[in-house]
Amino acid sequence: MPGPVNEKKFICIICPIGCAVIVKSDPGGNIIEVLGNKCKKGDKYAREEFTMPMRVLTSTVAIEGAAISRLPVRTSNVIPKDKLSDCMKEIQKFKARAPVKCGDKLIENILGLEVDVIATRNLST
Amino acid sequence: MKKIFTDLIVIGAGPAGMAAALKAGRMGIKNILMIDRLHEPGGILQQCIHNGFGLQKFKRDLTGPEFANHYIYKLSRTNIKLMLHTMAVEITRDGKVLIANGKDGLVEVTPKAIILAMGCRERTRQQVSIPGTRPSGIFTAGVAQRFMNIEGFIPGKEVVVVGSGDIGMIMARRMTLEGAKVHAVTEILPYPGGLTRNVAQCLNDYNIPLYLKHAVVEIYGRERVTGVKIDQLDEQGAPTNESFKVDCDTLLFSVGLIPENELSRMIPLELSPLTGGPFIDDNYQTSREGVFICGNAAFVNDLADYASTEGELAGASAANYINDALNISTRVRVVPGCNTRFVVPNYITRSDSVTLYMRVTMPMVNVEVTSTDLIVNIKKPIVKPSEMIEIKLNKEQLEKIKKLKEFKIGARPCK
Amino acid sequence: MPSNYNIAIIGGGIVGNAIARELSRYELTVILIEKEIEVSFGVSKANSGIIHSAVHDDMQTLKGRLCLQGNALWGKLSQELRIPFEKVGEIIVARNKEDLQVLKDMFDNARKINIPAEMVEGGRLRELEPNLNPEINTALLVPSAGVIPPYEMTYALYENAMQNGVEYLLDSKVTKIVRDGKSFVITAGSSEIKTDYVINAAGVYADEVARFVGADNFRIKPRKGEEYILDKRLDDINNHIIFPTPNPKSKGILIIKTIEGSTMIGPTAEDINDKEDTSTSDAGLKKVLDFVRTMIHDIPRKDIIASFAGIRPIADSNDFIIEESRNVHRFINVAGIQSPGLTAAPAIALMVANILRQKGMKLEQKKEFKKYDKPHRRFSLATNKEKELLIKLNPSYGNIICRCEEVTEAEVVAAIKIGAKTTDGIKLRTRAGMGRCQGGFCLHHVMRILSRELNLPEETITKRGGASLVVKGKR
Repeated sequence: MPGPVNEKKFICIICPIGCAVIVKSDPGGNIIEVLGNKCKKGDKYAREEFTMPMRVLTSTVAIEGAAISRLPVRTSNVIPKDKLSDCMKEIQKFKARAPVKCGDKLIENILGLEVDVIATRNLST
Repeated sequence: MKKIFTDLIVIGAGPAGMAAALKAGRMGIKNILMIDRLHEPGGILQQCIHNGFGLQKFKRDLTGPEFANHYIYKLSRTNIKLMLHTMAVEITRDGKVLIANGKDGLVEVTPKAIILAMGCRERTRQQVSIPGTRPSGIFTAGVAQRFMNIEGFIPGKEVVVVGSGDIGMIMARRMTLEGAKVHAVTEILPYPGGLTRNVAQCLNDYNIPLYLKHAVVEIYGRERVTGVKIDQLDEQGAPTNESFKVDCDTLLFSVGLIPENELSRMIPLELSPLTGGPFIDDNYQTSREGVFICGNAAFVNDLADYASTEGELAGASAANYINDALNISTRVRVVPGCNTRFVVPNYITRSDSVTLYMRVTMPMVNVEVTSTDLIVNIKKPIVKPSEMIEIKLNKEQLEKIKKLKEFKIGARPCK
Repeated sequence: MPSNYNIAIIGGGIVGNAIARELSRYELTVILIEKEIEVSFGVSKANSGIIHSAVHDDMQTLKGRLCLQGNALWGKLSQELRIPFEKVGEIIVARNKEDLQVLKDMFDNARKINIPAEMVEGGRLRELEPNLNPEINTALLVPSAGVIPPYEMTYALYENAMQNGVEYLLDSKVTKIVRDGKSFVITAGSSEIKTDYVINAAGVYADEVARFVGADNFRIKPRKGEEYILDKRLDDINNHIIFPTPNPKSKGILIIKTIEGSTMIGPTAEDINDKEDTSTSDAGLKKVLDFVRTMIHDIPRKDIIASFAGIRPIADSNDFIIEESRNVHRFINVAGIQSPGLTAAPAIALMVANILRQKGMKLEQKKEFKKYDKPHRRFSLATNKEKELLIKLNPSYGNIICRCEEVTEAEVVAAIKIGAKTTDGIKLRTRAGMGRCQGGFCLHHVMRILSRELNLPEETITKRGGASLVVKGKR
């Protein structure tokens, strides 16, 4: 039965062309059609962005005992885009202590997403 | 005055400088001194906490500090002498470098070769002539980045970003994640100044509006910024007076980078008006024998990956120069052709392989990147000013090029 | 703090400080009251640094006479305060027939009052100023005009005055002045100052300050001037200060060779309503660029590395007002000090001292007037040998915190010791932040040093006091 069709636009970032890809979906959130991509990779990208966009989160945490007061961190893998804000809140609570090595796990399995927050540099005391 | 005699001095310990020093070391140069004005190596990378580095070079998606760490680790396993908190004050006509720091005072370094790797600086509000008041709360995006990521300051709460350069877009995201509200990113051109990836993941992801063909035409605020007037521009780039005001307490300027050239001017080196950096050949040697340059100090790169690759080339060339093995027979001038803002290096001397980097002036679809005698003839679906084009020249191509007086390369629409 | 001062000076610009230093020669208790957090933050915050020859001025006016007198005093003053003073000279160009006549009259006037001047043309003019537009063939050369670093000068006067006992009350706006017998009680900030005499050198607010005691028989109207500073690479476009032939309203837009050697163009002259409006404008920039084009050549906009605007306090008479108020005895107005205020400053100070003498104040010379011993050196201007010595004596001279202007940590610390509290204060005193990158590299260093020396959290540091915080907090 025909119903209202939603259209969501994405800029594909797979290659420099940056196709403007449109994902058409039904009210139930099911993808009806993907348009505007010049290749299969673009189709895949748009579908992923539509259903479950994932991002790496990078930020800084407070650190004590080092020459500078902020330690840069990242999620060890991509996390759902809609969890970025909650992740930030967790990260903002965290206080690190020097010495820290690049790759050190600071927060394990953040928000149960099976992704860690790791240090991205060394900071000695 | 304390005097140091060394084989090689590298000025700047960012990705280009570190790669250069390491390469020269691997090629057998024994005495290498590297200086940096910061308190640690890594250059600008330590404040670039976002990912996107190393995709080309290491096929990995690294953050700036992680990319830097790759080189810093290698450095720690050499006996390259690193002097931090140290500024190069002067390069004299006879090739001596005067450096200064609090501990050693003024030191005269006599090197056999010099590698300049000072990076670049940001264009300022004043240089884009935005009238109005001069309150606090106005930063270039890089300074705000440093303040936020290294010092832990909150630059401001209600932000407008002027210019859609990469640093501006990255900071728009960064500040949003840390609780600020970014009201707008303005761009005078009809297309974004930075990478598409950043438009998607820094602006669109956070619903930050990008106003193309818009300019900030006035700044308000006595003590601290209180707002800006944004005007729409017409086809010729002139204000249309279709303006609106945005209240804000912070302005971030991301309106372009300029190679750091105080030292280059001092020597003096011949500067290219197109890149803002010195004229260079494919050995990354400047107009002054024995003086090499790499990274953003030579020309503004998009990617740190390129900067470190250039560093390796400069390091190798400097090593060859020191060993009297840098033989230059002929050199062919490289000139920008159709729709090309610049192409570097400016001279081809080598016969083995050369990578050219070029930037187009305007975006174009379905282009041919072609050269004199069609020695280069590559089809590209799209070219953008914000994305540097890499052209790798092989032995056969170089053989043909070296017979020419001049080698022109440009981007034109496919026939 | 004494309960009663002999003199209270209201206003800490070049004039207030010149007066303070002059009076500090005498056995007097002097206090200077300034509303901003640092001296030189008002009218004197925007100054071209020109010591005028007085060739433009009408000797029938007070400002004209004081300009001439002042010009003659600058040699000695700059030596005493160890401030560079360069007689770069001025070249006033004629761009048409009318101009030529005006120049000839100026030349005759100059001869009458012994200002050395010379008409130059053709080849000689080209020798002096090779970049002048080819249509310009005649000019008046006046060698006695020069340039100084204006902020350095104000601070030197201030420091020397302090050395010799003048007290400074900063960050204290005057909100009330009442008569107390023959004396006055001034409420400024949270302080109350009792004083025998008041010297009103309050810049654009001189009329409002005078109004507190009914001594305001004048009005001050603000006139804005915008200035633009060019990239170092254009340093050599001129050798002298290049003036157009003046018109009745202003000396015109100039091409200034600053003491640093850099080139500055401006100022505009715009009568405005808001005494605090120091905004630059597109119209102002266009005016300046269009004008300069008629004299030299096109200046690309990208070569403008900095801009600022200042307010001239214009009294209704368009002249200086330096006199005891007719209505209020012992209240001395020093108001309407527009251009050539900087040039006239040493002469104004002497004039004020004389007024006090005439009014019966005893000016007894101190046995010892402390010479100004410049506590800090400009690292960037030192020779390599001097640099070495400086670093040996004080290692923080080896810490270069401003790349563009080569300013060291030692100089920043010295500026803070003498009263700098803000990043603008550091900028004006040391030049850190005035170069090509406009503070991009040095700002965080300056904040760090201010925070350390003043024992204040970095996030409380301001650009120029009040609400001008550099950042909005620290995580």
